[in-house]
Amino acid sequence: MSKLVKSIKEAIQLAGLKDGMTISFHHHLRNGDMVAVMVMDAICELGIKDMNVNISSVFDTHGPFIEYIRDGVITGIETDYMGGVVGRAVSEGIMDKPVTFRTHGGRPSDIIRGASPIDVAFIAAPTADCMGNCTGKIGKSACGSLGYAFADAMYAKKSIVITDNLVEYPLIDYSIAENYIDYVVAVDKIGEPSGIVSGTTKITKDPVGLVIADYAARAIDASGLLKDGFSFQTGAGGASLAAAKYLKDIMMKKNIKGSYGLGGITAYMVDMLNSGCFKALYDVQCFDLDAVRSIRENPNHMEVTAAHYASPTAKSSAVDSLDVVILGATEIDTDFNVNVHTDSNGYIMGGSGGHSDTAAGAKMSMIVAPLSRARLPIVVDKVLCKSTPGSTVDVLVTQRGIAVNPLRADLADRFKDAGLPVYDIHDLKAMAEQLNGTPKKPVLGDKIVANVLYRDGTLLDTIKNVPVK
Amino acid sequence: MIMQRACAGTLESSDIYVEIAPAEAGSGLELDITSVVFAQFGEDIERVIRETLAELDVTDASVRVSDRGAVDCTIRARVETAVCRAKGEK
Repeated sequence: MSKLVKSIKEAIQLAGLKDGMTISFHHHLRNGDMVAVMVMDAICELGIKDMNVNISSVFDTHGPFIEYIRDGVITGIETDYMGGVVGRAVSEGIMDKPVTFRTHGGRPSDIIRGASPIDVAFIAAPTADCMGNCTGKIGKSACGSLGYAFADAMYAKKSIVITDNLVEYPLIDYSIAENYIDYVVAVDKIGEPSGIVSGTTKITKDPVGLVIADYAARAIDASGLLKDGFSFQTGAGGASLAAAKYLKDIMMKKNIKGSYGLGGITAYMVDMLNSGCFKALYDVQCFDLDAVRSIRENPNHMEVTAAHYASPTAKSSAVDSLDVVILGATEIDTDFNVNVHTDSNGYIMGGSGGHSDTAAGAKMSMIVAPLSRARLPIVVDKVLCKSTPGSTVDVLVTQRGIAVNPLRADLADRFKDAGLPVYDIHDLKAMAEQLNGTPKKPVLGDKIVANVLYRDGTLLDTIKNVPVK
Repeated sequence: MIMQRACAGTLESSDIYVEIAPAEAGSGLELDITSVVFAQFGEDIERVIRETLAELDVTDASVRVSDRGAVDCTIRARVETAVCRAKGEK
């Protein structure tokens, strides 16, 4: 028996792909990914159309999707995140069918429970053997964890592994096992290394970002959660990473031994693991080369599947045991609802990712953001898109002060006792508007270009088109 | 009196780049504004630029600005500097 086929086209034909079916991709190769476009090219050449594309994230490297949408090759997109290039086209209304946004936990949940079935999954694998055992930890296109790809490989009707490093059977230390894989294709190159992982993730040098990070770390210290067994997730944004660094300093000084770090993993989380701040890292996605090296070499740095990471219908997921998560926002409203899907003009340029999953799971979810960005206050009356419900958002940290959700009066008291500048969120909004003026709301159209599903699959919000002038 | 073409500011976030050039006497102000926050603050930006030019007695000029989300005081400062340079003032 051989699963090895000569070309992507041949694999697509063997898998029986037909008009109107659903195909899937994962995004661990991030902005270096060449596989999704390579596969779409093959599908187009085979004359197959009306594809529903379920992809865990759409990056700017997937710009050629726009042409395939115009030509009717792609007619549906389901994703957890969409970068600004495809996002702009979608916002301007190029698709007839609205995009479906899920969360990183909702996506595997819906795949596993059958709410979003996949006909053919394409697994970009930095290393694989001829039977389909595969891993992201080694190979010239190494990306580390393959966490988001597991549900696809396990639950799609057909699964195709595409690799640029075919090794002898059996692959040692595989991630996804051969029993889920139908076909294997070797290609010259699956990704552009510079786009897959950054060489080093850098913390911000911006003084505003450093003040935010300092407040964030002190608020975590004051929360009562920072003690032995502490668990933590942070984003890869500059201020979030700086907060992690300050947090590490506090943990080292107080000799606090945490339990686990979670999420997309950066060099800073690896450094915290190696410094004894955590016993383990649970890694659904590596952001930089240090993280890739660590997951390959350190047994305490473990790959987790997206379902294990954040699925709300799993028997339990790692976000359920999380103490603190630090998250970003493009807007937050006075009810603490957060927008991470659209920019202030209403254009799609992001998505939930694990935002609402971790906010729901963590004992304290903390948004870090400057009081305003390029004249636009972070706090608004009503967010343009509700990505994460305010009932799950506990704290907003800005350089001018901290606002605490009224549902969490306990935290406000602790922060005040620690001498932190606590304000009503309306006061932070007023402060920003005094400096910047009050922005006018952008005028949006009537066409729904995206539906935003909450992690449990219910409709949380819709995104309207931006009228083209 | 605008004697020569001059500019001030940068294209950094929260700054504004202002270019000013001479125009024939009596031709008035020609204003070209692009801004990342035009939808939210377009009218405010134009008002502040016109006010600042009026305070500096600039009546005839071609002014192009590329705004990256500057607040009012930044806009005033950049316009004022560009005008001073265009007038040949030290």
